[in-house]
Amino acid sequence: MDTSEDILQQAPPGLIPGSGTARAAKVTRLSPSFISWLQAGPMMLVFLAFFLIPLVFVVIVSFWDYNEYQLLPAFSGRGYTDTFEGCIAQLPDLCTIGKTYLMTLKLCFLVWALTLFIGFWVAYFLAFHIKSKTWQMGLSLLCTIPFWTSNVIRMIAWIPLLGRNGLVNSGLVKTGLINHPLEWLLFSEFSVVLALVHLFTFFMVVPIFNSMVRIDKSLIEAAYDAGATGFQTLVNVIIPLAKPGIVIGSIFVITIVMGDFITIGVMGGQQIAAAGKIIETRVNALQFPAAAANAVILLAITFLIITMMSRIVDIKKEL
Amino acid sequence: MKEGRPRSFYVLAIFFAAYVLFLYGPMIAIYVLSFQGPQGGLTFPMNGVSTFWIAKLFQGTGIVDLGAAFRRSLLLGVIVMIVTVVLSVAAGMAFRRKFKAQSILFYSAIASLIVPSIITSLGISLEFRIIDDLIKAHWSENFETSMGLLTSGLGAHLTWTLPFGLLIMFAIFNRFDPRLEEAARDLGATPWQTFRHVVLPIILPSVIGIGLFGFTLSWDELARSSQAIGAVNTLPLDLQGLTTTVTNPDIYALGTVISAVSFTVITLALGTIHVLNKRQAAKGSDAGKGLV
Repeated sequence: MDTSEDILQQAPPGLIPGSGTARAAKVTRLSPSFISWLQAGPMMLVFLAFFLIPLVFVVIVSFWDYNEYQLLPAFSGRGYTDTFEGCIAQLPDLCTIGKTYLMTLKLCFLVWALTLFIGFWVAYFLAFHIKSKTWQMGLSLLCTIPFWTSNVIRMIAWIPLLGRNGLVNSGLVKTGLINHPLEWLLFSEFSVVLALVHLFTFFMVVPIFNSMVRIDKSLIEAAYDAGATGFQTLVNVIIPLAKPGIVIGSIFVITIVMGDFITIGVMGGQQIAAAGKIIETRVNALQFPAAAANAVILLAITFLIITMMSRIVDIKKEL
Repeated sequence: MKEGRPRSFYVLAIFFAAYVLFLYGPMIAIYVLSFQGPQGGLTFPMNGVSTFWIAKLFQGTGIVDLGAAFRRSLLLGVIVMIVTVVLSVAAGMAFRRKFKAQSILFYSAIASLIVPSIITSLGISLEFRIIDDLIKAHWSENFETSMGLLTSGLGAHLTWTLPFGLLIMFAIFNRFDPRLEEAARDLGATPWQTFRHVVLPIILPSVIGIGLFGFTLSWDELARSSQAIGAVNTLPLDLQGLTTTVTNPDIYALGTVISAVSFTVITLALGTIHVLNKRQAAKGSDAGKGLV
């Protein structure tokens, strides 16, 4: 008896169900819900301190007053009235903010359409044409690696290609297709759209691929057996089943482009106005309430777009 | 199954190859251009080959104080990586049971991912400005600012990396077999022992993946840092500042150096994941594989 007790004493305490320490632990055992709080609490605190409370501050400050150099904590609608200045007087012409949002939506639409097209076919190729798991993994990785590298570098990378003396222009001039270098290749709407597509098609590929690999291959075989053409299978089987991925990817791309100010700044030569850039400009001018008011407007429009899109699909179910 | 590949395979294979070229081509162009000769300009053709521009960066005579920004970004990246891994694994474990506020945390993470970065960044900067004003008014007149690399900057980066960490944890536990834990419990393991010796070794490759996301996303972060980083700059912010002014290949050299760090981290992480997976495959149990 004694010896066995000794051996038990030497063993790590947690291993012995009947030992004194384990019994003590049972008494102080934490309730499961408390453990969940301990586990999830820290992340919740980070979101609270650096995301939720800051958002509240954005809304509050958007109703504050300001002068040239500081915030004045008194209620004022100036942030908003400044933003919409001239919008009624100039009718039927669009005021600055109207034009800016029109421009942002236009960029958004172009980038969305292009990333969707490219992303869909890249995902389709990976999901349905690559049979080997190793190859699938390797090629997905090939698409992911640029995402882990710097966005600014991937923007600058277009300069030697698209610049006035860049590869594209010198190539075109040499072949005699054009006499003068094309000016619209760089620091233009074209280069902004190109760079955004270059940077963010990844956000389309991943969720669409995710939806596609989950499609039961026998459904596609069944469609073929029932006499559907490849196109009919695509439209009636694959696209409906890939829809959740398409919607999630679209939400990512649209929200990124709506709030973008860096790509539009760098690739647009700081000349193109966009929703995100207004906020940046206001902050640089230390007009925080006006910046916050613009942020609230942008947030509202983004939220509207997401709500409309998430009507189509339940995001939580798809993860 | 039909033998041979359909024509659509070849069409899409070409499309895919073109996409990969589109992804990598421009990046490779600047890596090559950063080895321009001393007389070289911003575009092709190469004017000789040298390490002149890269050397110039490290001499500190170039455009920015590379060393300081480099160390700051590295420090922040490593801290963000550690915090992201720890908080994501913990929260991921919590999500395996139902608990109150589950959906609040889930939607906070999703919202943090998709609310435009400039808004989050502005909000954090406003929050810290207001805190500063309160401290100045009530405690210390001479207080400078609470904003900084490891306060507001760290927080801003975490709002970007944590959602990715959490989503990766969801993906892990979607395919995790809970019977393994039951077996550990039946053998008398404590919850901590179960986690340490059963769960963690199995999920370790993916946890390294979370670390990879944590570091690389922070290392290259720009939009959220822009308003919330305080007085000092991180490396990507310096790089962005240069885009409007620079006229020689310094900027490509800096880009190449930043990318070199990214690629080192990516290679290390993927290598480790590969080794771990191999070890798991080699030493894994044969349970459930049948008797024959």
